[in-house]
Amino acid sequence: MGLEMDGDLSLQGRLFLQDGAFSGQEDASASMAANLDIYHDFTSDFSLTLAAFYRLDSSDSARSHGDLREANLLYLAENWQLSVGLGRVFWGATEFVHLVDIINQTDQVESLDGEEKLGQPMVHLVIPKEWGTMEGFLMPWFRERTFPGENGRFRSPLPVDTDHPVYESSSEEHHLDLALRYSTSLANSDIGLYYFNGTARDPVLLFSFNQAGEPLLSPYYEQIGQSGLDLQLVAGEWLFKGEALYRIGQSRSFAATTFGFEYTLPGLGDSLMDLGLIAEYVYDDRDNGWLPTIYDNDLMGGLRLSVNDMDDSTILLGVIKDLNYSSTIIGLEASRRLGDNIRLNLDASFFLDISPQDPAYSLARDDFFSLELIWYF
Amino acid sequence: MKTSLIILFFCVTALMSSHAFSETAEEKGLAIAIEADLRDKGFFDYTADMEMILKNKHGKESKRSIRIKTLEVADDGDKSLSIFDTPRDVKGTAFLTFSHKIGDDDQWLYLPALKRVKRINSRNKSGSFMGSEFAYEDIASQEVEKYTYKHLREEQYQGQDCLVGESYPVDQKNSGYTKRITWTDKKEYRVLKMEYYDRKQSLLKTLITEDHQQYLNKYWRPGMMHMVNHQTGKSTTLLWKNYQFHTGLTDKDFNSTSLKRAR
Repeated sequence: MGLEMDGDLSLQGRLFLQDGAFSGQEDASASMAANLDIYHDFTSDFSLTLAAFYRLDSSDSARSHGDLREANLLYLAENWQLSVGLGRVFWGATEFVHLVDIINQTDQVESLDGEEKLGQPMVHLVIPKEWGTMEGFLMPWFRERTFPGENGRFRSPLPVDTDHPVYESSSEEHHLDLALRYSTSLANSDIGLYYFNGTARDPVLLFSFNQAGEPLLSPYYEQIGQSGLDLQLVAGEWLFKGEALYRIGQSRSFAATTFGFEYTLPGLGDSLMDLGLIAEYVYDDRDNGWLPTIYDNDLMGGLRLSVNDMDDSTILLGVIKDLNYSSTIIGLEASRRLGDNIRLNLDASFFLDISPQDPAYSLARDDFFSLELIWYF
Repeated sequence: MKTSLIILFFCVTALMSSHAFSETAEEKGLAIAIEADLRDKGFFDYTADMEMILKNKHGKESKRSIRIKTLEVADDGDKSLSIFDTPRDVKGTAFLTFSHKIGDDDQWLYLPALKRVKRINSRNKSGSFMGSEFAYEDIASQEVEKYTYKHLREEQYQGQDCLVGESYPVDQKNSGYTKRITWTDKKEYRVLKMEYYDRKQSLLKTLITEDHQQYLNKYWRPGMMHMVNHQTGKSTTLLWKNYQFHTGLTDKDFNSTSLKRAR
C-alpha cells in the first residue's frame, strides 16, 4: 500500500579482444546506468507504475541514452484489467532466440541478446476467463530501434541513420498498431496465439547517403501483419518450448520457427547444484537480401548451472552453430550476488569462423568480456 | 458360575473388539495423517509474510523476505503464490504453484526484469528452494496422498505427548528422501519435528517447528521453522508473520494475469 520506490545503479566495463572492423570503434568502454522504479496504489484497484532508465557510455554516444521503460496507470475491475501508458510485454517461450516477442521495440544498443526493450505506448486490455485470457492492444505511437553509433561495437559496416527513419505508412510513427492475443494454461502446457497488425519492429536497412554525400543505412519501417504462436510444455523431467510466426508485408511473406527442450539434472553429484541441458533449433525464412538475420538455420546448445548457494550463483554457457555457414557463436553468462544488495555479472561472447556471407560477419571481430556491478537500493 | 459366564462374555467381547480395532501400524499412520489434514480443512485462504534466514557452517547469514498467498482447493492440492521482496536483485520474482494430490504439481516462475512467465519443471522435487535447506517438496502443499505412512510409537517430545511415525514418498524416483520421521502432538496434531532420510537411508535434515499459534480458533501455524542439514552443517530458519485467514482470495488471484502483476 502507498508509495514504493526502489532502483539500481550499475557500472559496466567492456573489453574487446580485437580491434574493431571499422575505424573509430572502441576497444574498451566503461558505462554507468541507473534504473528508478516507482509504484503507487491510489486504491486497491488503481495504481501507477513508473520505470525510468538512463545510461552514460564512455565511448559510444548512441549508447548514452535514456528511456521510460514503464509509465502506466493500471485499473483492476472484477473481470478485466486495463492499463494505459508506456508498458512492457513479453511473449515467447524459448531461451536463445526470441522470435515472436513483438510489442516492444528492442533497445539494441543495450545488449547483443536483444532482451532489453523500450517502453511502448499502449492501451492494454486483459480479460482473464476460465477458458483462457484474451488481450487487446492499441499502440498509437511507434518507437524506433536503437542502434550502436559509429564508435560502438556490434554495429553494421555502415552507420545507421537513426535521425531519419523512413516509414511505409503515411502516418509514419503515428500509425495505430493493433494486436490481439489469446493464451491459456492447460494441465501440462501454456499456449499463446496472437495477431499483430502494424509497423514492423525490425527495420530494413536501406543503403543511402546523407547530405554530405557519405554512405549510410536508413532504417525503413514497413507495415506488416504477423501471426504468432508460443508453447511451453512440461513432460516429466522435460520442458519443451516452441515459437512460430508467419509475417506478411515485407517484400514477401515468410515463416520462422524455433523450438527445443530443457532437461534438468537435479542435485548434481549429491550437491544442491542443478544442471540444465538446453537444445534448440531455429529456422527463419526471412532472409532474401531484404531482411538479413543471423539466425536463419542454426542449432543451439546450452548448459545452465544453478549452484543454489546463498549468493544465487549461476553460469550459462551457450553455443550457436550456423548450419548454412561455418559460423559459431559462443556466449557465457555468469552471475552471483555479493552481500545483500550487489550483483556481479560476467558476460562474454566469442565469434568463431564467421563466414563472410553470414550477416553475423560484421560482428566477427567483436569478441568481448563484460563485467557489471549492480547496486540495488 | 454366573460370574464366570459374565467374565467369559467380557473376555470374548474384549477379544472381539480388540480384533476389530487392531489396525496395522500402516493404517494408524494413515489415520493420523488424515486427521491432521482434516483439522486444517476449511481455511479457504490465507496470506503471510515469511523471512528466510540462510546460514552456512561458518555462520555466514543471508536473508530473503517472501510474501505468500494460499488458496485451498476442494478435492485437490492448494494454489499458492510466493512473491520475493528481498534480496533486492530478485525483488518481484514470483512463483505460482498448483499442487496436486496425485501427479506432478504445476509451477510457473515470473521474472519481473523480462516481464516473462516461465513454466518450470516440478519433477525437481528434491531441488533447493532459493538456495535454502528446504527442498521444493518440503515447502509444497503437504497432501495426504503424496506419502504412505507407518505409525511407530508414542513418546514425549518437548513435554508434549506425541505420535511418532514414518512417511514414505509415493514418488520415490524424484523425491530426495527414502523416509521422513514425524513427531505430531496428540492434542492438536501439529508437526513439531521431522527427520528426513536421504536416498542412502542416512539422516539428512531435521526440521523443528516452534511458536505455534492458533488462528480463527481452529488453524495452527508455526511462527518458526528451523531446518538443519546434518551433512553440510548449513541451516535455514523461516520466521512467519502476519498470518491472515479468510482474506477473500479467489482463483482469479492465482493465474498468469495476477502472476504478472504480483508485487
